[in-house]
Amino acid sequence: MTAGRVERSIGDRLSLAGWPLGSIVVAALVIAPIAFLAVSVLDPNTEVWRQQWETRLPGQLVETAVLLVGVALGSLVLGGSLAWLVTAYRFPGSRLFGWLLIAPLAMPGYVLGFVTLSVVGFTGPIQGWWRDTFGQDAWFPPVRSMGGAIVVLTLVLYPYVFLLTRAALADQAGAAYDVARSLGAGPVEAARRVALPLLRPAMAGGVAVVMMETLTDFATVQYFGVDTVSVGVFRIWRGTFDRDSASEFATLVLVVALVIIGVERLLRGRARFGQAGGRAAGLAPTALRGWRAVAATGSCAIVLLAAIGAPVAQLVAWAVVEATGSRGTPLLERFLEFLGNSATLALITAGVCLLLAVVVANASRFSRSRSTGLAARLTAVGYAVPGPVVAIGVVLALVALDRLLEAIGLGLPGVVATGSLIGLVYAYSIRFLAPGLQAVESGLAQVGDEMTASARSLGHRPATIVRRIHLPLGRTSVLTAAVLVGVDALKELPIVLLLRPIGFDTLSVWTFNLATESRFEQAALPALAIIVVAVAPVAILSRRLAGEVS
Amino acid sequence: MRTRWLTAAALGLALTLLATACSSGDEGTIRIYTGRHYDLEEAFTQYAEETGVSIEFLSGSDAELRERIFAEGEDTEADVYMTVDAGNLAIAAEQGIFAEVDSPVLEDAVPESLRDPDGRWFALSRRARTIVYHRDRVSADELPTTYAELAEPEWADRICLRNSTNAYTQSLVASMIANLGYDGALEIVEGWADNAEILPNDVFAIQSVADGLCDVAIVNHYYLARLMEDDPDIPVELVWADQEGRGTHVNISGAGVTRYADDPELAQDLLEWLATDGQSAFVDGNHEYPVNPDVAPVALVATTFGETFVADSVSAAEFGLLNTDAVRLLDEAGYR
Repeated sequence: MTAGRVERSIGDRLSLAGWPLGSIVVAALVIAPIAFLAVSVLDPNTEVWRQQWETRLPGQLVETAVLLVGVALGSLVLGGSLAWLVTAYRFPGSRLFGWLLIAPLAMPGYVLGFVTLSVVGFTGPIQGWWRDTFGQDAWFPPVRSMGGAIVVLTLVLYPYVFLLTRAALADQAGAAYDVARSLGAGPVEAARRVALPLLRPAMAGGVAVVMMETLTDFATVQYFGVDTVSVGVFRIWRGTFDRDSASEFATLVLVVALVIIGVERLLRGRARFGQAGGRAAGLAPTALRGWRAVAATGSCAIVLLAAIGAPVAQLVAWAVVEATGSRGTPLLERFLEFLGNSATLALITAGVCLLLAVVVANASRFSRSRSTGLAARLTAVGYAVPGPVVAIGVVLALVALDRLLEAIGLGLPGVVATGSLIGLVYAYSIRFLAPGLQAVESGLAQVGDEMTASARSLGHRPATIVRRIHLPLGRTSVLTAAVLVGVDALKELPIVLLLRPIGFDTLSVWTFNLATESRFEQAALPALAIIVVAVAPVAILSRRLAGEVS
Repeated sequence: MRTRWLTAAALGLALTLLATACSSGDEGTIRIYTGRHYDLEEAFTQYAEETGVSIEFLSGSDAELRERIFAEGEDTEADVYMTVDAGNLAIAAEQGIFAEVDSPVLEDAVPESLRDPDGRWFALSRRARTIVYHRDRVSADELPTTYAELAEPEWADRICLRNSTNAYTQSLVASMIANLGYDGALEIVEGWADNAEILPNDVFAIQSVADGLCDVAIVNHYYLARLMEDDPDIPVELVWADQEGRGTHVNISGAGVTRYADDPELAQDLLEWLATDGQSAFVDGNHEYPVNPDVAPVALVATTFGETFVADSVSAAEFGLLNTDAVRLLDEAGYR
C-alpha cells in the first residue's frame, strides 16, 4: 500500500473530508425535529405515565411484542421461502411470479385492512354465506383479531424480505449453494451451512424494515382492534390534546425500534461477505414436475390472490358500483391533479432520499470511523417514529428556523415550514431514508473494499469513485432504493395530511378523506389509483431484477 | 453529459420548491384548515357563486391541523379552523388560536349551548350519538332507551360499540362525566366494556347489528341514514336515547375565525352564511341536523328519525373540555 501511495492535493483532502461531514449533516437533519419532541422526556409527565402504566401500557407492550414477532416470523417464512422457490426452481409461472410477488408492496396496509374486514369480516359476504350454510352461530376464525392483523401486515410487508433475499440468492448465496451441492453436500446441509449464513444479512435487513413498518403503523392495526404502543401515542395526543405526553410515549416506540435495530445486528451476524470481482453466476434452477410443480404454482398464486388479486377485485367492484350509481366518487374531476401531485411528491422524495443515502453509505465506505458509522445508524431513527410525530416535529423545527431567520433579519415571506413542499419532502426524507439507505448499503456491500482501495490508490477522488465504480456496480440496489422510497411516499398518509401546502391534495389524501368517514365504496377508486401508480415502479424494478437473474 | 442532466434536474427541482414556497395569500380568498371533508365543495362552491369570494381548504385531522395552526402562529394561512368534534374547538380556544367574533347573526342562528360563550367558535351542524337496534332481534318491551341500560348484565355480548380512540366515543363519555360525575360515568362505561364488542367504526357497528353479531349499537345518526339510503330494507332502527332524562348526546361540527386571519370580516361572513342560508348545503349531504332551529333537516332524516328530539343540554364547550378526563376514564374502565 505505502509504496503505491499517491501524493494527495488539498482539494482531494477536502473532498475526502466532505463525505463524513455530509453524512453527519444528514444525520443531524434527521435527528433535529425528533429531538424537538424528545426534549419533553427530560421533564416527564409522571401522572400520565403512572396512569397509563396502571391501565393500558402493559397490555400495549405485550400486544406490540406479539404483533412484531408474528409479522416478522410471517414475513421471514413467506418472503424467504417464496424467494427460494422462484430462484431455485422452475415451475409453471415461476418467472412471472418472480416479479409479481413483489407487487403487494404497492398495496397500502390500511387499504388491505378495510377490504379484509369488509369481505372476510363478520359483515362480509364470506361469513354471510358461512352463516347461511352452517347456521347463525357457526364458528369462524375471528378476523378482527391479533391473528388478522398479523396476516394482513405480513401480506403487505413480506415483499421487503422477498426482494432482498432474492437479490442475495441471485448473487453469491445461490452460487455458493451450487458449489456446496456439487462438492457433495445434501440440500439441507448446503442450505444450512452455506446459503443461510450468506443470506443472513439480506434477510435480517428485510425483517428489520418489516418490523419498523409494523411498529409505526397505527391505522391498519386499529381495524383489527390491536392496541399497540403507536396507537397509544396517537390516542393520548388526539384524545387528551397533550402533545408533550404523546411525544414522551413516542420515545417508547423509539426504544422498541432500537431493540429491533439491535436484533437486526445480531441476526446479521459478524460476518461480512464482500465480493472480490465480477458477477456471481447465481443459482442454477431445478425444474419441478408433477404435483410439486402444481404445489409451487399454487402457493405463489394463493399469496398473490390474498395480498393483491382479491382486494383489487373488490375495490374494482366497489368503484364500478359507485361510478354507475347516483352518488359517484367525489372530486373525480380533479383525478389527474391528484395523480400528478402524488407522482411529483414520490419522485422528489425518491430523488432526495437516494442522494442522501448515497452520501451516507459512501461516507462509511471512505472513512470507516465511528462517527460515520453512527451517523448511518442514526438516520434510521426517522423510520422508527410514527408519521404524525415526525410531522409535528418538522413543523416545530421549521417554525423555529423561520423565527431564527426572522430574528437575524433574513425573514422570508410566509412560513417556510408549511407554505411549501420543502417541509413535506423534508419530513418524508426523515421517514423514508432508512429503507433507501438499507438498499444502497446492501448494494455497496457487494463491491469489495479492495476495489475502492485500488481506485483510491490510483489517485481517484471519492466523488469519481462513487460515480464510476460504486453507482454502476450497485445500479440495481440504487434502483431498488428509489422504488422502495417512492412507493412508500405514494402510500404515506399522516405526514402528507399535516404538512402539505394548502390546495396540494394527493391520491392518498383523497382516499383518506373518504375512508375516514367510512365511505369505503367511494374510497375504492382513489385506493385503486394508488395501487396502480405504485405497481408501475415495482414492475420496472422487477423486470430489472429478472434481467439480472437470467 | 449525465452530470449536466443531473444538474439541470436538481435546478428544476429547487425552482419548483421555491415557486411553491413563495405563493402567498391573495385578496378575496378564504383559507380553511378543516377536519371535516365530505361535501364541503358543494357548500363552498355555492358560497363562491353568491359572493364572488373563493375558498381554499386543507383537509386533515382535527388535532394535527390545530397543532399546525398553533405552531404557525401569526404566519398561518388559515383564516378559519373547522372540526368535526367539540373537543378540538374547545382546546383551540384555550390555546388562543381563535379570534373573538361578535356577530348578532351567529348568536341568533346558533343556540347558546352550541357555541363558545366568548364567540370564539360556533357549531355548524349537529350529530346525534344514539342507540340503534335490530328490528326483529330486540322486542318492544326490552328496547333500551337509555345509555345506562346498556351497562346492565342482560346486554352482555349483545351490544357493539366503537373503540376508545375515536373522538365520538370520547365526547359521549365526556358528556356523561358532565352529567353524572366521573364515578357515575365510570360505572356505566365499565358495564359497557364488559358487555360490548368493540368495533373500529360506526358503519361496521350498524352492519354488525344488521347481520346479527350484536343486537344494539351506539352510533352517530347519519351513518344509519346513509346506510338506509343505500339499502332501505336494512333491519336496523334508531331510538333517541335518554328522552325522559338528560337527552341524547349531540356532538358538533363547527368552526371559528383564527386570530391571525388575513381578513377576519370575510371569514366571519362565511360562518354567518354557513349558519343561515348555507345550512342545508352544508349539512344535508351528510344527513346531519342543522344547528339553526329555523332550518329543517334533510327529508330522509326528518321523516325517518324525526325533525326534533330531546338533546342533552350540556354545552359543547363543557364536554369539549372534559375530553381529557373521558380518555382517562375509558382507560380506567378497561374499554379498548
